[in-house]
Amino acid sequence: MSSNNRPLSPHLDVYKLPLSALISIVHRGTGAFLAIGSLALVCWLMALAEGAESFASAQSFFGSFFGSLILFGWTFALFFHLANGVRHLIWDAGYGFEKEAVEKSSIIVIGAAGFLTVLVWIVAFTFSIGA
Amino acid sequence: MSLRSPLGTAKGLGSAKDGLHHWWAQRVTAIALIPLTIWFAFKVAVLSQSDYQTVIECIGSPWSAALIVSLVVAAFYHAALGMQVIFEDYIGHKAVRVSAIMATNLLLFLLGAAATIAVVRIALGG
Repeated sequence: MSSNNRPLSPHLDVYKLPLSALISIVHRGTGAFLAIGSLALVCWLMALAEGAESFASAQSFFGSFFGSLILFGWTFALFFHLANGVRHLIWDAGYGFEKEAVEKSSIIVIGAAGFLTVLVWIVAFTFSIGA
Repeated sequence: MSLRSPLGTAKGLGSAKDGLHHWWAQRVTAIALIPLTIWFAFKVAVLSQSDYQTVIECIGSPWSAALIVSLVVAAFYHAALGMQVIFEDYIGHKAVRVSAIMATNLLLFLLGAAATIAVVRIALGG
């Protein structure tokens, strides 16, 4: 009996990750990134609590190119982790495990994360309260 | 009848029996964070071009401050639970793993406390 055609276990370095697997590791990556990035939230709230002067310097940092870049990455990571987190909750409830459903929800997660990220930046640039 | 060997028992190996609480707390904080983060992200977006006084009033209003403190507590608890799982998965060396988890927990607690103090001070107009 020939054993040449037996399936081999995947060799990870020559194995193209399916979209769902890529999203899975990115979920973890964005989670860690958000934990580190929470420092930005703490700094912003602390600056606001300290007074007008420190708040102005915090605003100018977050308004700079580098600051905006961090915030943009931060918002995308947040909404990606949020959207995929909702998918995890649906899985926890016992739904959506079929291959087609997983492929579909992968696309929905990326779409929802992109949509919310763009929306929040459009809101930031078009609406504002007070002066 | 227990299937655990006497040696395993002596070494304290096996389940600590609190995995369910970890799993459950991660889901509860996740559900709380869905509305809280969406609300907060859009609130900050709307305030991004506002002056200091407007931001102080908007962040420090009683309901807003209460929601932000809830967000901070849920977010840092969720972050601590998540980082613990990452360390448990990738750090093989026990002493390094336990130290990393402890250090992260303490650091995230400090950040959460700092954020809470900041919001309380803004709300009370300190």
